[in-house]
Amino acid sequence: MEDIYRLLHKLALEPGPSGDEGPVALLIAELWRPIVSSVEIDSLGNVIAVARGSGTEPRQIALLTAHMDELGLMVKQLVSFPDEDGAGFIRISGIGGVDPRQLFGQRVWVHPSPAEAEPLAGVIGALPGRMLSQVKANEAYDLEVLVVDVGLSFTELRQLISVGDFISFRRKPRKLLNERLTGKSLDNRAAVAAVTLALRLLSEREHSWDVLAVATVQEETRLLGAASAAHRIWPDIAVVVDTTFGKGPGANDEKVFELDGGPALGMGPNVHPGMTEALRRAAEALEIDVHTEVHGRHSGTEAFAVQVARHGIPTGLVGIPVRYMHTLVETVALRDVERVSRLLAHFFGSLDKTFTVQLRERLR
Amino acid sequence: MNEVLKALSDLPGISGHEGPVRQFISKHIADHVDDIWVDVLGNLVAVKEGFSDPGYKVLLDAHMDEVGFVITSVERDGTCKFATVGGLDERMLPGKVVAIGSDAISGVIGLKPIHLTKGRERKRKVKLSSLRIDIGAKNRSDAEKHVQPGDPVVFAGSYYESGPIAWGKAMDNRAGCAALVALLAGEPFPFTILASFSVQEEVGLRGAQVVARSVQPDLALILEATPAYDLPTDRDVSPNVVLGQGACLYVMDGGTISDPRLVQHITNLAHDHKIPYQVRQPGGGRTNAAAIQRSAAPLPAATIAVPVRYTHSPTSMMSLVDYGHLIALTEAILRSPDHNSFSG
Repeated sequence: MEDIYRLLHKLALEPGPSGDEGPVALLIAELWRPIVSSVEIDSLGNVIAVARGSGTEPRQIALLTAHMDELGLMVKQLVSFPDEDGAGFIRISGIGGVDPRQLFGQRVWVHPSPAEAEPLAGVIGALPGRMLSQVKANEAYDLEVLVVDVGLSFTELRQLISVGDFISFRRKPRKLLNERLTGKSLDNRAAVAAVTLALRLLSEREHSWDVLAVATVQEETRLLGAASAAHRIWPDIAVVVDTTFGKGPGANDEKVFELDGGPALGMGPNVHPGMTEALRRAAEALEIDVHTEVHGRHSGTEAFAVQVARHGIPTGLVGIPVRYMHTLVETVALRDVERVSRLLAHFFGSLDKTFTVQLRERLR
Repeated sequence: MNEVLKALSDLPGISGHEGPVRQFISKHIADHVDDIWVDVLGNLVAVKEGFSDPGYKVLLDAHMDEVGFVITSVERDGTCKFATVGGLDERMLPGKVVAIGSDAISGVIGLKPIHLTKGRERKRKVKLSSLRIDIGAKNRSDAEKHVQPGDPVVFAGSYYESGPIAWGKAMDNRAGCAALVALLAGEPFPFTILASFSVQEEVGLRGAQVVARSVQPDLALILEATPAYDLPTDRDVSPNVVLGQGACLYVMDGGTISDPRLVQHITNLAHDHKIPYQVRQPGGGRTNAAAIQRSAAPLPAATIAVPVRYTHSPTSMMSLVDYGHLIALTEAILRSPDHNSFSG
């Protein structure tokens, strides 16, 4: 588990808010390069790796996606207090489904627009609730009230930072008991780690299909990276790996999954039933416990975009349980990451020429 | 990097559990003072004899304790219920990392995923009673191997410096402690210094009153970190103090009116020595000055503070320039040749 810990620690530390995934993309490309046939970063920023199969041409293509972007903030307005000669503060917009209820006191990096400029350290703050207007004083802090503070005067701030600059969260991952890891962006770096380990396992075994693994951009905002990757690659099948709700405080009903209890396989109109069955068979062969997560419509993942790319792609969905999703203390069990990596490697490694025919039969 | 400030900011020490802070300070000042002891409550008191007027005793107080939490029960699912120690807004708690007990067990305060919330729930503040600390335990018996009800809990923030700005947990009042440690390390002063690193300020100014009663000083100066409200808001309030504009002198708060002669003396010194200072807007809040003045014979007292934004949160923030001015101004007061001008 120490190996997975180090890998996920590295991945989770790297900044990559939706639309500004550059640093994490470079890290992923570097991690994948030694274990695949080729790696490229496309014009949107997706990292695309090819693990070439040994089957005869034309080889079938399997797409494996995990989004690498994370939630973040963006500079909305620079304000001074008490006047233009005073201190400077940054009012903020959320990128993706940011939960403002947990932002007070969190540390951030503010990234000036020239990419080579050093990020500025800052903290998210606000006046005490009792000093705000009556209504706000009894509510959770929201994005109208919170500011990012980098400790500069308004004059200095204006020279370095502009409206539209990206802000990323700063949270060093750390270990909890029972091989659990907590930190930011485990949604979805836990899945990126699982894909990375799966690619390593695939590199050590025969597989007949070409497997194209993509770390996608802009899932948290509009499923953009996966939609465009699926269009360009036009695979025969696809598997999406994302996180799902871990059972824990505040999340205790039937739609959540125990940490360290194995992954959840998506079911419902957003996935191909044959894909779910095949993934389940792979899990059985490895004696990995899997659960079923039923989605009435949208799975809330990029499977929603991939499934309808081109002429339709048979798509499967694997979810890694994460507690406290979309907070800076997301928590994952490392053993679940390891299970998913073995499941993926076995599934892709076992694909043969007849698999797409079987899928077609399934819907007859 | 200010190593003493960093170490003090990172050490755990909620009210009533100041041990690690006390031990660190005790070790650092031992060689620079003439006497040192720990009283019944845990206050650390040190004496640095004066060289010309040793009969005149100045109490310098800085409280060691910080706000935090205490584990109240371990639940069946292995998570922990907790209570706050000191004034903490429950809105600051979700999404934070904490350290529990002397082994600094890592825990997190989670939050129901926003996807699973509905309507008004997203706007309401999350009640303390619904929050839990999660250490990763599988169940109650697993958790009880590592944590027990009564264990103290602090934010796990780590100290960080960038330019003149320092970030960290517990700047209130490890900044005051660090300043007092720095002052004690210097040459002896004309007056006798009674240094009090006091306990339990955050739960009602409880430690300092006992120190004052036992050492009977002639004058008290309180070294503090004062919350800075120099931020924009939806309602017009003037800044009470401003980061970067010098040490803050208390003239009146919810507990004390500083001795005007002492205030005058201090501001004169600040002008003479060209030390930037600012007068903290009169207002609410209390410091150990209130407790010290009421505890013993009549004595003048004043509080000097470094302005700190976001006190009582996981990450407070201050200017190291202000911190330097706090030390310089206190030093100037302590090196005044004569106390008659500012106390009777």
